[in-house]
Amino acid sequence: MTVVSLGAARAGIELRQFWRERDAVVFTFALPIVLLTLLGSLFSGVYEGSTVTSAQYLVPSMIAAGVASTTFVNLGIGIATDRDDGTLKRLRGLPMPPLAYLIGKVLLVVAVTVLEVVLIVGIGIVLFDLSLPSSPARWLTFAWVFGLGVVACGLLGVAAGALPRTARSAAAVLNLPYVVLGFISGIYYTPVGALPDWVIQLGSVFPLKWMAQGFRSAFLPDSILPQEVVPSWEHGRTALVLAAWCIGGLVLCLTTFRWSRRG
Amino acid sequence: MGVPTAGRPAGRFARPTIKGMTDQAVRVRGLRKSYRDTIAVDGLDLDIPHGEVRALLGPNGAGKTTTVEILEGHRERDAGEVSVLGVDPGRGGLAWRREIGIVLQATADAGELTVAEIVRHVARYFPRSRGLDETLELVGLSEKRDSRVRKLSGGQRRRLDVGLGIVGRPRLLFLDEPTTGFDPVARRQFWSVVRGLEDTTILLTTHYLDEAEALADHVTVIAAGRVVAEGAPASLGERDVATVSWRDGAERTTDPAAVVARLTASYGGPVPGLSVTRPSLEDVYLDLIGGAR
Repeated sequence: MTVVSLGAARAGIELRQFWRERDAVVFTFALPIVLLTLLGSLFSGVYEGSTVTSAQYLVPSMIAAGVASTTFVNLGIGIATDRDDGTLKRLRGLPMPPLAYLIGKVLLVVAVTVLEVVLIVGIGIVLFDLSLPSSPARWLTFAWVFGLGVVACGLLGVAAGALPRTARSAAAVLNLPYVVLGFISGIYYTPVGALPDWVIQLGSVFPLKWMAQGFRSAFLPDSILPQEVVPSWEHGRTALVLAAWCIGGLVLCLTTFRWSRRG
Repeated sequence: MGVPTAGRPAGRFARPTIKGMTDQAVRVRGLRKSYRDTIAVDGLDLDIPHGEVRALLGPNGAGKTTTVEILEGHRERDAGEVSVLGVDPGRGGLAWRREIGIVLQATADAGELTVAEIVRHVARYFPRSRGLDETLELVGLSEKRDSRVRKLSGGQRRRLDVGLGIVGRPRLLFLDEPTTGFDPVARRQFWSVVRGLEDTTILLTTHYLDEAEALADHVTVIAAGRVVAEGAPASLGERDVATVSWRDGAERTTDPAAVVARLTASYGGPVPGLSVTRPSLEDVYLDLIGGAR
């Protein structure tokens, strides 16, 4: 058995467990979709000087929130649970290359995240009349923001998986930072430019704000720029912050990952 | 496909000792491990020959689990020599892991998978694993192959853990408190599973002395991180010495029949108030660990 085929087998196990675990599906997969549907239906109005509705503005931001949920929250809860229920200990006692476990988690996250994004975009198109990115350049933007966002949030999720003491507390421990970041990154409170300065500055430290901004730049016309914090998509800065979190997340993972429970 | 016992390069594992013994499955000398200011294992020696079922007995906190976890490669040691199937567990790679089966204490993983899914999955990691049907048959779970693991009873769950421990045909199997919380019927079923594992060296930790007596060829009692006694369950700690007592006296002997015959002759008939007793394994055990406390 090669590492790759064992990793694929791990992915099969991970996917089955994910879909059969109702809590996980509700918390990490359905929540962003439900929130988008609700908030999108509540918000109304068109931003001045553009054709973008409040709901359309919300959709790319919710893609970012969905990605953070299926990567950061999902991996954090998943790894804390694997540690608490003995999955990691069992795997460590098997002739399993650790890389196979990692490959399994990566494939799980990629599969669930892609499905999440497809559903959010689909809801945006069907319910809120969202248009797909209008040029190859915008698709390219979408692709690199997605890639960097998944890697950064995924690595941070693996690192955060070391925090909860038990599987039961994992959902609470992971969802608190996630929900707080959702607010201070201008996801639920729109537009981001309307947030108080200190909140924006705080939110700008974390990857979610930049991911959301990057996705808006891919889906929304430039006429919405006055609603942003600065009237520019700041692609260079977005790439820089997300890449920095990839590196920081990797360092955190390598320093905090534990196979066994504390104590 | 059989386990290639004969073809194994015995020389590679051979560890000649002063007594000329070779090829122990487990060999431990002077093992030490402390946690902060608590000494968990304090100079422990252990030899387990290939093919033996060894029980490791001891009170809570005696160092059983620490010792087993070091042997499994799950924990690092402070000092001492450890060789498990000829390899230092601290450096055991995947090839070494393929020879070892581990049944951990009370597990709760894989709840959403079916019995068949998790057994098949674990089997993948081993080059000459048992088939699904054979494994389930061995642990008596054939009827449960499509049940979700979380729906199994405590005893079934534990038998699944053993199934996952043996699916890779290990040469050495660790069983850590395998029957805690079982009802008597489930324990008997479990014992017959373990008895069916021929050619497998087994290291069993347990709190149940009847279990050690039923399964083990050899028993090692540890207390306060040291070995306090070792022997066959029937002869551990002078258990082979019986006490013959009668109205007018008592005598400790390894041959109670001879004493009774002598007494019968001297009384010229039935011996008044005659009884022959042997200490139970529990009596001996409590004595041993009491002495070490």
